[in-house]
Order: sequence, then C-alpha cells, then structure tokens
Amino acid sequence: MPQQDPALRHAAALARLQPDDAERARLERDLKAILRMVERLQAAPVAEVQPLYHPLELPAPLRADQVTEGDQRALHLALAPSTGAGYYLVPRVLD
Amino acid sequence: MQGVLETARLLEQGDASSEELTLDCLRRARSHGRRLNCYISLAEEEAVLEQARASDQRRARGAGTPLTGVPLAHKDIFCTRDLPTSCASRMLEGYRSPIEATVVRRLREAGMICVGKTNMDEFAMGSSNENSYFGPVANPWDPERVPGGSSGGSAAAVAARLVPAATGTDTGGSIRQPAALCGVTGLKPTYGRVSRHGIVAFASSLDQAGPLGRSAEDAALLLHAMAGPDPLDSTTDPRPVQDYPAALAAGKERLQGLRIGLPRQFLDERLDARVGELIQESARLLEQQGAVLREVELTHQDLAVAAYCVIAAAECSSNLARFDGVRYGYRCEEPRDLSELYLRSRTEGFGAEVKRRVITGTHVLSAGYQEAYYLQALKVRRLIRDEFLQTLEETDLLLGPTSPTAAFRRGEKIADPVNMYLSDVYTVGCNLAGLPAVSVPAGFTGGLPVGMQLIGPPFSEGLLLQVAHRYQELSDWHLQHPPEPPPGEPGQAGGTPP
Amino acid sequence: MTWEIVIGLEIHVQLATRSKLFSGAAVGAGAEPNSQACPVDLGLPGVLPVLNLEAVRMAVMLGLAVGGRIAHRSIFARKNYFYPDLPKGYQISQYEQPIIQGGSLEFELPEGGTQRLRLLRIHMEEDAGKSVHEGLGDCSGVDLNRAGTPLLEVVSQPELRSPAAAAAFLQKLHTLVRGLGISHASMEQGGFRCDANLSVRRRGDEHLGVRSETKNLNSFRFVERALEYEAMRHIEALEAGGRLQQETRLYDSARHETRPMRGKEEAEDYRYFPDPDLPPLEISPEFIEKVRRTLPELPEAHAARLEQQYQLDAASAAALIRKQGAADYFEETVQAAGGHARQCLYWMRGELYAALKRGRLDLQSSPVSPAHLGGLVRRIADQSISGKLAKEIFSKMWESREDPDKIIQGRSLERLSDPGKLREIIAEVLRENPRQLKQYQDGKSKLLTWFTGRVLAKTKGRADPNLAGKLLQQALRAQDGNAEP
Repeated sequence: MPQQDPALRHAAALARLQPDDAERARLERDLKAILRMVERLQAAPVAEVQPLYHPLELPAPLRADQVTEGDQRALHLALAPSTGAGYYLVPRVLD
Repeated sequence: MQGVLETARLLEQGDASSEELTLDCLRRARSHGRRLNCYISLAEEEAVLEQARASDQRRARGAGTPLTGVPLAHKDIFCTRDLPTSCASRMLEGYRSPIEATVVRRLREAGMICVGKTNMDEFAMGSSNENSYFGPVANPWDPERVPGGSSGGSAAAVAARLVPAATGTDTGGSIRQPAALCGVTGLKPTYGRVSRHGIVAFASSLDQAGPLGRSAEDAALLLHAMAGPDPLDSTTDPRPVQDYPAALAAGKERLQGLRIGLPRQFLDERLDARVGELIQESARLLEQQGAVLREVELTHQDLAVAAYCVIAAAECSSNLARFDGVRYGYRCEEPRDLSELYLRSRTEGFGAEVKRRVITGTHVLSAGYQEAYYLQALKVRRLIRDEFLQTLEETDLLLGPTSPTAAFRRGEKIADPVNMYLSDVYTVGCNLAGLPAVSVPAGFTGGLPVGMQLIGPPFSEGLLLQVAHRYQELSDWHLQHPPEPPPGEPGQAGGTPP
Repeated sequence: MTWEIVIGLEIHVQLATRSKLFSGAAVGAGAEPNSQACPVDLGLPGVLPVLNLEAVRMAVMLGLAVGGRIAHRSIFARKNYFYPDLPKGYQISQYEQPIIQGGSLEFELPEGGTQRLRLLRIHMEEDAGKSVHEGLGDCSGVDLNRAGTPLLEVVSQPELRSPAAAAAFLQKLHTLVRGLGISHASMEQGGFRCDANLSVRRRGDEHLGVRSETKNLNSFRFVERALEYEAMRHIEALEAGGRLQQETRLYDSARHETRPMRGKEEAEDYRYFPDPDLPPLEISPEFIEKVRRTLPELPEAHAARLEQQYQLDAASAAALIRKQGAADYFEETVQAAGGHARQCLYWMRGELYAALKRGRLDLQSSPVSPAHLGGLVRRIADQSISGKLAKEIFSKMWESREDPDKIIQGRSLERLSDPGKLREIIAEVLRENPRQLKQYQDGKSKLLTWFTGRVLAKTKGRADPNLAGKLLQQALRAQDGNAEP
C-alpha cells in the first residue's frame, strides 16, 4: 500500500473523491509534480501586491426584484436520477 | 464545406440552398467526422432541415444576413436545448439542458444552424482532446496526432471542412492552441466580452467563449453575433460591441506605424526552432506592411503557468461540486448511504484529469494552504496583468507563437501532466490578464500547421481581427486544408466510450 | 465559585423580497416542493448568479437601523461543503468583507434596565433548501424552493450574560426587522432562526471557555430553555472537573434538552474564497442616503413619541410597538376620535383584543377599523351614548362592519337628552309609581337613584343619566309643592 500523503488524502475526502489504489498512486505522483511546479510562485516579488480576483474591474450589476421564473418542476425533476412525490431523493440522512 | 463568408455568398447567389449545405454537413459528420471523432452528438436531420428551409425562405424574402442558414457546430460545453450537453464526461452523458446558452441563442437568432456538438477535453480540462469520455479526437492533418484542446473537436471539424465554423471556449488557451495545431483561426475575446451564461463553468474568472473559423473574416462575423453584455451574467462588460466585420477593411491602413511587441520570453528554449522561424517570418511580413517591431520583456511570464494551474484548479474544484448525482447527471448504482452516493458518483463520473484538478484545487484552497498557494497565485496574477497592460501601452499589440510545438503524438504527453500544462505556456497569460488574443495559421513544419498569436489590450478584438485579416490577405496558410481520405477508407481509432 | 455565562447569537433573517437573492424565482413558503426552484437555484450546469437590488436595500436599512458601518465595497464568497439541500455544493455568502460591520441594539433586560448589545457584523447570504426525512421510505427528500432565498445573518458580540437576556434581545431584533418591513420573520416558517453560542467561565476570567453551538432554534422560549440547559450542562461538567468539547448541538423541545448533532464531529473546512461569478458589491453614499430617507420611525423613537404625544405609560407604549400594527391602529383611532387617547387604548386593549382573540383574527384582519373605533370613542366622549350601550354598538360594528354613527342613528340608540321628552317620561314614571313617590316625599331620598333607574329603563338606557337625575329632582320638588295633604 503506497504511502498516502495526508494533505492530499484530506483534499480528496473534502472533494468527495475516492480513487482506487491504482488511481491513487498515480494521482499522488501527479499532484506532487504539479505542486512542485507551483512552488515557484513562492519566489514571486508580491510583497505589496493585492490579489487579483477578477480581470474585470467592474462592480456587481443589480437586478430588479421581479419574479421572472415560473414553475418548471416537471421539466427539472425529469433530469434527476431519483425523485418521488415531487422531491429529489437521496439515501436517508440521519440528523 | 466552405468557410462562413463563402457559404454566405453561395447562399446569397443562390448557388446552393441552406438545406443542401446542412445535409452535406451532416453527411460529412457521419463519415469523415466519425473517423476523426469530432462530434459527440449530431442534430436530428429533420429538425435541422426544417430550420434550413426556413432560412432559405427568409433569404428568398430578402431578409437574410451573412449568417442566415449557415451551419455551425457548438463545443459540447455550451448548453443547447435540442441536443444533449455532455462536456465529454460520463458525468453529463445524455444531459438535456432546460436552458440555452446565450451564445447559442444569439447565433441561432442570427440564423445559424447547429448541426452537432463537438468533442472536447472533459470539462474543458486538457490541451490535447485525449481526456474525453467519448474517445480522443484525431488531428485531420495527421490522425496519429492530437488536434490540441480543449476545443479539439471544434478545431478539427473546421480544419477538416466538416462545418464552416464552430464555437469553443478558452480558459488557458483552449481555443487558440487547437486552432494553431489544426491550422484554423481562433479568437479568445476580452474577459467579459461574451456571456458565460449557459456555458458549463470550468474556471469562472478565466473562461471565455469564442469563434473558430477558416479566417479572420469568419471569426469577425461570428464574434459580432456572439458578443455583448448579458443580464444573466454578472461578469459581462456593458460597453457596446464593435462592428468587427465592417472594421476589417481598415486593417491595411491600421498597420502603418502599428507598434508590435515581440516578447522575448515567448522565444525561449521551449519553442521549437522551426516554429520560431515561422513566427519571425510572419512578423517580418507585417513589418513590410508598415508595422514597427520591437522586442519587449514579460519578466513574469515564467510564473504564468503555475499561477494559472492554481487558480484554474481552485475555481474548478468549486464549480464542479454541483455534480453530486442528486439533481441531474451520473449517479452510481445503489448507494448505501449519502456518503457513498457522493463518493462513487463523483469518482465514477469524472475522468482522471478532472479528478486531478479538483483535488489540486481543493488542496490549494484548504486551510493552511490557501494563503501560500491560492492567494499567492492571485497576487502573481496581478503582477502578470499589470505587466501586460504596461507593455501594451508602449506597443499596440504583442506577437508570438501560440504553441511551443506543432501537434504532438497522441499519448506523448498524457502521462506527464506538467508537461501537458506547459503546452499552454504562451496562452495562459492572456486568460490571467483577461486580454483578447487570436491565433492565425502562420506556416507549416513537417506538414503540420503552426499558429501565430496576436495579443491586444482589453476590448481590442477589432484591431486583432484587422491585423489578422490583413495578414491573411498577404498569405495563404489559412487557405490550406488537410488531405482527406476517400470515403470507405478504414476508420481511425476512437469514437466509442471505454 | 461563581460562574459567568457568555452568550453570542447568530440570527438568520429571511428577507421579504419577491424573488430570490440571485435568481428570478419566487420567494415564499407553502408551495409544492420544487415549484419555486429555477435553474439558478438548482445549480444546473451553466447558470450564473445575479444580485437582487431589493435585498441590498433591505440590508442597508437594517445596517442603518442598528447604526452599523455600511461597506462601500463588499464581497460575496463561496462557502464550500456537500449536503443535499445545497445544490451548487457551495453557499454564496459573505466572509471577509461583509456589507455591514458593527452596530448595536438596545433592549430591555428582563430583570430591569437595558443593555446595548454590540453586533459584530451583518452579512447577506442565500438560504439552502429543505430536506424531509419521513414518509419517503428509506430515502430523504430534497425540496429546493427555499434555496436561494435572501438571508441576512446578524452576528452579535458574545456579550449576553443570561438566557433570558438572549431571548429579550431576540424579541427586540424580531420587532425591529418587522417594523422595518424587511422581513415577515415568521418563526414557525423558519423566517427568523437563531443559532446560540454559549460558554462559561469563572467570574473575572478574561478568557472564553469552550463553547457549544445550539442550532436552528425557532422560538424565543426554545432559545431561552436551550441556553438554560446548556449553561447548566457546562457548569456541571466544569464543576465536576471534566472537559467540554467544542460541538454543535440540537435542541429537543419535547425533552427540554440538547444533544450533539450527528455527523458534525469534525470542523468542516469551508475553503471560503471570493465568488468569481460575482464582482464586488459597491454601494454609493447616495444610495445609502436614499435608503436612510425611507427608514420608518424606528421602534424606540416611536415608543418614546407615543408616550409623550399621548401621555401613555412606558409599558403601554412598548406593548403597542411590540404588536404588529398596533401602534398605527392606535394612532389612527385617536385621530378618528379627535383625541381621548386613554379611552382609545382602553377600547383597543379591552373589547377589540378580546373580540380578535375570540375570532382568532389578527389586528390587520379586524372587521372594526381604526376609523370606526375612533368614531365610537368620540360618541362616548361627547356623551351621545352610554358606556354600556357602547359595548352593544361595538358588537354590532364587529358583525356588520358599519360606521358607529350609522348604527346609532339607525337603531335610534342616540342618547335621549331632549329635556322636554325626558320630562314627559319622568312624569310617566312618577305616575306609575305612586307608592315610591310617597316614600320619597316621606323622606326616603335614596329613592332618587331608584327613580333614575326607572327612567333609564323606560328609555332603554338612552336617557342621559345626569340630565335625567337633574330633571327628576326638579320634578320631585315640584311634586312636593303639589303634595296632597
């Protein structure tokens, strides 16, 4: 059983992904290569620089408070793998 | 199949009907298209013929425009109502979207007829179209080689003359790089120029939709119909759309004294020597037309791929969280509990590259790492953007290669993701900075197309298309097309899901 | 060992917009499952959020009402986690740059006096859908009607010192959001939900103890009870020398206790980051000014004015403010009555409230309008009718929704004050009761009251008792003069 990097295992769990052993080994190798490549970002001269979240520098547009969408329930429920009594069904959740 | 402009002329002059042309597209899609594996789904014949007939009637009434009745293909990342939208993923196989992408609607309203959805890298993640649940796409110039990605199907379909034009999306080069590898013209607009409503999101602050066609003229026609603000997308820019087709003719004049910068960092050791030569020749051609060339420095270029990797992964890890097997898409068989529903639906539904990026993205956002990776990458992003903008004040546009090499062999890079990411080394900067860029055919090496990239300041699509058009008036690379095996030849690999 | 209880609250207030925070689907409870969930709410591939202006306006209103700082620039962030009622796999909320920071709200402490509780922040976020776990076999069902409903999350500083104070503060906030018109705040329907954080420390200690969070309390009483339970649990554990875990708990209203929430053992890593689909929200000083001008009279100022303007006591004024619509009803009644505030209040809180309760109606649905009630009070004050009659008239007003003057005139219930008519009736009464008349003349002066009663009875209560009494006295004296030997 290959060593599992705990940080990457944690990331996979957070992302609800569970690769099998073969996949996992390869994934870990690839991820480490990517993260190594990405290390060079640490050397960047960004001491006083603000993060750039959007290339656009515009404010959020605002929408009038109108109801523009009607009941499309049948259409939408038809897309789902499992529905019943108008609900989307999932295995029972204990809360 | 001709390009858009020629097709429009044929229709205008009555030398062909839209019905004939549409039928021809479908026929070619089923034969040559299948060999290349360009399409994931094709339109139902009767449905599109009805549209085609309606276009012919409209034209007969004198109500036709250059796009009326012209067939096109949409990358399978655009939500369409008549055809499924799969993003080349098992996760969305057969998904019928109730919404239509704004881009699709605008092109439909302009009269274009969608004949099919093109193959792509799964969820737009890839540079070779080898990451598709529906099999890889072959480069029409050499079927052993990749067409580029992620808009590989669209680029190949246009190059192989299966359809006059196609749409694509570009997050790190996914329109430009396949355009270069397939010898067609592909444009990524300024971020915010084209609506993202109805485009399945990969990286929200990087994605843009754009046209792929045989020429800058065709790209201009399509972009003009696609572009413009959209109340359904909070990230579109409100400024009006320039009349790109009308502006093309001014390219000749515009080249007089045009300051063109050649970033030194784009001509680095990674660049194939022959590709480099072709780019220099193209630059000189423009110089002969009056442009003033200058070497410029993009000192932060070496950080672009790393920054892109982190930001794209982070955003996609969040954008793909909605795929959970609950409301649509793939669900695993008989999950025992909710946890299993999520784990197996997502693990089984997504391909390897997608999983790789989602886990990477989750990691760079997670507690203890977000500052070092994600925030750091965003700061580098500002550095890169500011440097581009600064450079584009001293020059009018930048010129360089689109891709370091011509099309590589299938399987050559797939085992090495970092190497694969580096094929986007010249393109990712534009996405980080939100700048428009176009790739135009600029020659051949070993029988394979090479693309030249032009990058402009925000909202300079008009200028880019003018220069590209002028270049295409003086060269004929874009008129070349790959040889086609006669019908009945044995097919190529690919086409069926694993 | 004296212990100090430290409580902080997080309240989710559903805004009363027509459409959702980021989409044009309708907001509101009671619809068929999934009939108010559009593609954006469902998180279908390709959809994008667009912000609702009205929700922003309402947020600014609350920010102004609590004296908070309105950010000129605030950012929407994604809170990432997996749950079936969270369609996108993330909630759009606000994290590092919320729309409102600071602010405070003063409220009456149950033991007397007031506290001004400081707020940490108020931010905007979208609500999640709902799950049902019964009636679907071995499945849970997800209804996304509520997904995307605009919420304001109000976060207080941990400065509450008792469960009763927490409940009192909540009452105040509840009244405020309703008074501003930004929320119906219906607790049964989940429009005003409270998460309560509690920790305990030795008095004088500056460090905070380990805290527990009790979620989704949807009544003031439950909040108080849950916190009482938690306080006890914490203190008992610490006194026994044990350790407490930072955990999330749910309140069981049947057993009056809290229990740990299943599946919440590890702290989730929400990986907050600014939502790339939403540019920053920019709010101009002009916008804030415009909203400020539309602020209704805030409850405290309103109560103070009622006290002053109508000479009410503080408790009465507060009671009027607390009940939805009561203050306005009262003021309109007084206007219609031309004054007589005390009487108006008396009639409102007496007959009107009693009738509303019997009929299970709220004030807004009262068949008796403020104008009519005021009209009734006016007639009582000018003595056109007696108090006893007024009750009858009120009943008739309730049944027929008619104007009191109409009722009075229509049924000739107007007070009989015509002296001539009264003298006739008095004469009748004296004639009909010779024995009592003789007794009165012989010295039984108490009978004056009795005679007055007879006159009133004869006039069916319409006679003005004072006038009748005066005229009776005159008549009786005159009789004396005519007394037969």
